Amino acid sequence: MIANKSYVTLADYGSVDNQLFMPVPTRIKKVVSLNDLNKLFTLELPGGMSLDHRPGQFVEVSIFGVGEAPISITSSPSRSNSQFELCVRKVGDLTSAFHNMRAGDIVGIRGPFGRGFPIEKFRGKDILFAPGGLGLPPLRSLINQVLDERAHFGRVIILYGARNPDELLFKDELKEWGDRKDVELLLTVDKGEENWKGHVGVITTLFKEISIYPRNTIAVTVGPPVMYRFVLMEFLAKGITEGNIYLSLERRMKCGIGKCGHCQINNVYSCQSGPVFPYSEIKGLEEAL
Amino acid sequence: MSVTIIQKQDFPDFVNRLLSQFRVSGPVEEDGGYAFRVIENSDDLRLDYPTTILPPKKFLLPTKETLFEFDKSGNGTVQAPVVEPRTVVLGVHTCDLHAIKLLDRVFSTGHIDPNYTLRRKQTLIVSIECLTPCDENSFCKSMGTLSADDGYDLHMTDVGNFYTIDIGTEVGEELLQYAKTAPATEENMKKLNAVISEKWPRFPYRLDFDISDLPSLLNMSMKSPLWEELGERCLACAACTNVCPTCFCFDVRDEIDLDLQHGQRIRKWDSCQLDEFATIADGHNFRQSRALRQRHRFMRKGKYILEAHDYLGCVGCGRCARACLVDITPVGVFNELYRQKEVGGQS
Repeated sequence: MIANKSYVTLADYGSVDNQLFMPVPTRIKKVVSLNDLNKLFTLELPGGMSLDHRPGQFVEVSIFGVGEAPISITSSPSRSNSQFELCVRKVGDLTSAFHNMRAGDIVGIRGPFGRGFPIEKFRGKDILFAPGGLGLPPLRSLINQVLDERAHFGRVIILYGARNPDELLFKDELKEWGDRKDVELLLTVDKGEENWKGHVGVITTLFKEISIYPRNTIAVTVGPPVMYRFVLMEFLAKGITEGNIYLSLERRMKCGIGKCGHCQINNVYSCQSGPVFPYSEIKGLEEAL
Repeated sequence: MSVTIIQKQDFPDFVNRLLSQFRVSGPVEEDGGYAFRVIENSDDLRLDYPTTILPPKKFLLPTKETLFEFDKSGNGTVQAPVVEPRTVVLGVHTCDLHAIKLLDRVFSTGHIDPNYTLRRKQTLIVSIECLTPCDENSFCKSMGTLSADDGYDLHMTDVGNFYTIDIGTEVGEELLQYAKTAPATEENMKKLNAVISEKWPRFPYRLDFDISDLPSLLNMSMKSPLWEELGERCLACAACTNVCPTCFCFDVRDEIDLDLQHGQRIRKWDSCQLDEFATIADGHNFRQSRALRQRHRFMRKGKYILEAHDYLGCVGCGRCARACLVDITPVGVFNELYRQKEVGGQS
């Protein structure tokens, strides 16, 4: 029967996911200031709901009245349940509002979205991580997952660069990783300070400090767009094949479900096909790098 | 399915009976042009309209809509008041019909978009066969959209003193209960055949190449100097995407009431031609120049959308060409890219 001037609501259509745009109210459990710009938020989903994410995926964070923004998940699945962590840099409207929030406050969460790192393909391999700046938070999810399943992986090498010593994130964890015998951690800063005794130079200057077995190495980098071109050259110069290099492409993402168009790189919707890509998949895409 | 006819003298009565049962919209004359509007009387309809400024897309994807309402004082969100009456859209041209088929594909593939799907299910489409070109900007024949085999509930053809009606769906057939119809006679069918065969020569092919070559032409044109040239001219006003029947990109933002407690999350049409469309939080813009944005637009129309959704992203309606203040037209762009290839120009 074709309805007459009747009015219907979404509830009349059982097959449609009418929750697609509806954020889940999620409580902030803990806020830790990492430095002037970055805070680490521990969030808890209601009713014991689990996020069930993969390293490299992101969520859309809502603050009502301000809007919504994509934020990568920094806790690893092995250490997340109904609680998970987001590392947030104060850089726009939403993140500024987020920084003003305290434990007990509520934000909205949708997700997780996108394609994460195919960690099962990494098993048995040496992993070379090269995060730059704010690229560490998304990679930390993968790094800690690998460390929690340490026996399944070969060497773990982490090359991490930041602009200055203060901007090195997760310093406690860096120390932990540095103290481990089964992790090779090299840090660098673009610009040193008085008390900085470590390496000074951009991240690419660390590559000459390491030797790898390229046939058995997976390389992973996350960082600002400007860094990729140079880090990719270092990976390729080490003999790592394009299919074994992974990176995460940050884009503006408004919907997270492959419709709104903002994250599009040529014919690829980064929010769905990415943000994690093997280099072999995106090297032919104009505007990708 | 069999062909039915409605005598033209009986058509107003059909529309008026529909009006008593549905929200009815169709092309009306307005400010010297034509627009799809919700009508109140069959007299308002102008089924012989050439084209409208905005396509009927707006009934399925409104310029702005509420996704949900929120209350900051509570913890929860409130379900959106997405309530739509059943709407019959009369007089949809076949170019726009093809565009709606693409939108259906986009919003029902992968994550099914609840708002679009709901509106679509509440919308009945009565399309009409075009018999004369809208103007020199339309290039539907080149795009293969000058007719349509499906996508409509009912499809009409103006055959002089009667309309023939093709029934596309069961709900379309049910609509006919409000009309005085008769099965098409042999003579009716002869007249229909004559009208259809006479119409095709009236429409020129405007592209200099076959449409099946468009994706590969664009593939070879990534680095064409034409994009820079378009970028120099383009004003980044987004008129082209605003009037496009296949553009579906949107922005999502919050609007808060004056009490600073209640508000709505809304989505509204957005445009890849606007400066900030691909800008991320730290200010990096992945399509900084107007040239890159124009390239993105034309690549989407002729290549990216096809790769993602199996339908071309351009239906040849010509609206963007009419709207452009600096005369950037798809026919001009596609033909120029073809010319560059033919003379062995830039690749």
